[in-house]
Amino acid sequence: MADMGIGVSVKRREDARFLTGNGTYTDDINRHGQTHAIIVRSPHAHARIKKINQAKAKAMPGVVAIFTGEDMKVGSLPCGWLIKNQDGSNMVEPGHPPIAQGKVRHVGDPVVVVVAETRQQALEAAEAVTVDYEVLPSVSSLKAATKAGAPLVWDEAKGNICYDWALGDKAAVDAAFAGAHKIVKIDLVNNRLIPNAMEPRAAIGDFDKATGDYTLYTTSQNPHVIRLLMGAFVLSIPESKLRVVAPDVGGGFGSKIYHYAEEAIVTWGAGQLKRPIKWTAERSESFMSDAHGRDHVTHAELALDKDGKFLALKAETLANMGAYLSTFATCVPTYLHATLLAGVYTTPAIWCNVKAVFTNTVPVDAYRGAGRPEATFLLERIVDIAAREMKMDPAEIRRKNFIQTSQFPYQTPVALQYDTGNYDATLDMALKMIDYKGFAGRKAAAAAKGKLRGIGVSCYIEACGIAPSAVVGSLGARAGLYECANVRVHPTGSVSIFTGSHSHGQGHETTFAQVVAEKLGIPSEQIEIVHGDTAKVPFGMGTYGSRSIAVGGAALVKALDKIILKGRKIAAHLMEASEKDVEFKDGKFTVAGTDKAKTFGEVALTAYVPHNYPITELEPGLEEQAFYDPLNFTYPSGCYIAEVEIDKDTGTLEIMRFVASDDFGKIINPMIVEGQVHGGIAQGLGQALLESCVYDKDGQLLTGSYNDYCMPRADDFPNFDVQHTDKPTPCTHNPLGVKGCGEAGAIGAPPAVMNAICNALGVVHMDMPATPEKIWRAANAHMARAAE
Amino acid sequence: MPTTVSMTVNGKKVSGSIEPRTLLVQFIRETLGLTGTHVGCDTSQCGSCVVHVDGKSVKSCTILAAQAEGSDVLTIEGVAKDGKLHPMQEAFRENHGLQCGFCTPGMVMSALDLVKNNKNPSEQQIRDWLEGNICRCTGYHNIVKAIAAGAKAMA
Ligand code: FES
Ligand code: FES
Repeated sequence: MADMGIGVSVKRREDARFLTGNGTYTDDINRHGQTHAIIVRSPHAHARIKKINQAKAKAMPGVVAIFTGEDMKVGSLPCGWLIKNQDGSNMVEPGHPPIAQGKVRHVGDPVVVVVAETRQQALEAAEAVTVDYEVLPSVSSLKAATKAGAPLVWDEAKGNICYDWALGDKAAVDAAFAGAHKIVKIDLVNNRLIPNAMEPRAAIGDFDKATGDYTLYTTSQNPHVIRLLMGAFVLSIPESKLRVVAPDVGGGFGSKIYHYAEEAIVTWGAGQLKRPIKWTAERSESFMSDAHGRDHVTHAELALDKDGKFLALKAETLANMGAYLSTFATCVPTYLHATLLAGVYTTPAIWCNVKAVFTNTVPVDAYRGAGRPEATFLLERIVDIAAREMKMDPAEIRRKNFIQTSQFPYQTPVALQYDTGNYDATLDMALKMIDYKGFAGRKAAAAAKGKLRGIGVSCYIEACGIAPSAVVGSLGARAGLYECANVRVHPTGSVSIFTGSHSHGQGHETTFAQVVAEKLGIPSEQIEIVHGDTAKVPFGMGTYGSRSIAVGGAALVKALDKIILKGRKIAAHLMEASEKDVEFKDGKFTVAGTDKAKTFGEVALTAYVPHNYPITELEPGLEEQAFYDPLNFTYPSGCYIAEVEIDKDTGTLEIMRFVASDDFGKIINPMIVEGQVHGGIAQGLGQALLESCVYDKDGQLLTGSYNDYCMPRADDFPNFDVQHTDKPTPCTHNPLGVKGCGEAGAIGAPPAVMNAICNALGVVHMDMPATPEKIWRAANAHMARAAE
Repeated sequence: MPTTVSMTVNGKKVSGSIEPRTLLVQFIRETLGLTGTHVGCDTSQCGSCVVHVDGKSVKSCTILAAQAEGSDVLTIEGVAKDGKLHPMQEAFRENHGLQCGFCTPGMVMSALDLVKNNKNPSEQQIRDWLEGNICRCTGYHNIVKAIAAGAKAMA
């Protein structure tokens, strides 16, 4: 099926339903007898709950039940990754009750759940609930939380420190710094972001009185993980009694990985009431209850020799965890950040210290890129500063330090082993795409119009295809990170694929079908891709960390190989040939050197109507399952270059060009990959130019709606020139040679545009987001300096 | 006090008994069960809820159902005809103008209104027009391409 197979920009099969309004998102689902929940949330950053007055609300029309933390005594929402302190002790791991018990620790913390017959009735009753609080001192920023004598979010976390962790060889780094020709330094903030998938989170809990089974419909990127976490740790419901369905999901970007309180509340509540309960977030609720992203403060230093070779890097990072530890929170600044600090460079010695800090803010967890954007921003900014101080071209200082193609597999000093890559190729391509040589002329032309023009290069690498279970297990992960696929061939030769990967925009129904079409040689109309339902899909770890095709796709290939293997045995029997002589190609089993052939459909039928069948050697039926646990991470890499023009008088910025040259290894569907990169770049540029989550000193969220939190709009960006490298380096350890592409844009874009801005303005550094005001101030300081 | 509203939705006469404060989007989603129109915000900024009222694009979260009394409403469910995608829908598909699909109905409805008034919009005009439609997935690049292609196909 060449026109449907690997490498073809097949149009997406899911589009028709989305384009006609026939998608089924969680809030589109209604269960018979459904009630509606509204959550009364804390207006305070830190407070003791003195009294909850619910009598008035209880008596209001339609009210079915009111639950508080006293009513819902269940397990704690778990954290999936245990980090060890430098001294070997465990991180501080406070409990996280779904409904606050005694104290609230951030604005938005659930306090009371009001359930009523209609949403409107629940809203009105929720208004009538009053809570008496004793407001406590709070900390809402990394700076405030780490000050001596700061109020404590948790009594057990001294100095608000969750953990104090380090990676790398400090002695080697210190020695290299002692002998360095030059040391460059940076202090930076990686701004806090709010993910804002366009579909607000929602959850429906359902309980079957006849069987005692629970069902949760939820906006999740990984329904099996939710089933495991909620079933085992929070509600003590065995997997056999708990079904989790994540139907069409309107974007995730990490924010829908985690097990959230509301999922446990509606599931538990449905069991209490023996009726379904639906909860849908309003956007303002999303702002204060979805896990936020980033929020690092870092000091870093890079040591260089006289030729501009990097000798050593050290970084000290404070990472905000928020008030509670969300599912993956603790691994983001450590194993997804510090481990990436080699970047694409041969820096021989690296040391990174991370202190994770509790604050009275919404939990912070992985957001598109997760740790890797923070690492890349740090590295690509400090490398640019090094180029400036060494008076070297930013592209050339990078090239000089690249890991060479002959050096793979390359062991970095921060735990990872890169299997393959070609960083010169992506750099060269991006330089050509943007006409790097012509920049001086464009800068002069801009200057003639009174504009400041700047160019910024960023070379990123990411660790994707998350993750080899044994490796992450040794680092503190409490789960394996394999993937599962099941291939069910039906009697007539059509095929159902059950994958543990979850699509919330990535187009798996199309790409996974391409893999099947390629392997089995059957038309795509005969292939069905099923995901997002624990009652249908045997198991799965879900979609995040650019893992779907690299891990889920690999599991699928393994399962398909088993189907082909069994098919060959059946075909050999039918054709009275030896199994070793049977070949399978383009949907046909043939015997080498003869014209004997059996189609895939004939073999499938034989498996289910086994009248003429090798019944003593082979079971009837044709269905196989595979788990795939990757041997290593995959390492997509690439080069992004931004060119900007700044109006000094207004501080406004225009992105004149943005080019991306990526190496994702093998590509299944170039159209979809390009779309992923576009979206990632937009989120990266959003971080760099527009977005920032702001709390005031009392822990009030100032950016709690689209009025205050600046989401990227269509008129903020130009078109992006996105291309795939002409010298791809396929992943060496998964069967498809794929590396993953979902996060690259968000990782590579922020430093590219910030480097361009710093270049235009002639400044060393500017923190994100580079708002017109910040740019204006810098531009005018620059003019002042020039005038001196 | 419930009140009754009547309007034409996707060519069909409909009516329902609703609370006076019911928003048009609630009437469409909850009373009529047309869940293709989405709700992405509570501040009238995301555009996931755009429908046409008497031929003009409207954020259905910003008006009451009662205000649409007697109106002719078109939602995303009424755009494809006889099982065939409208050229604008087809252009979104051809140009990969959607990923998660959540913003998509609003985008398509907005795009149709743009093209109604501007048969051949430039890239900048499309980008400006989409000020009130937020997409978190696509970076807008392919949406802009899709709308330009859709406009051409409709000409
Ligand atoms: S729902 Fe966001 S504008 Fe209407
Ligand atoms: S396609 Fe997901 S928000 Fe636009």
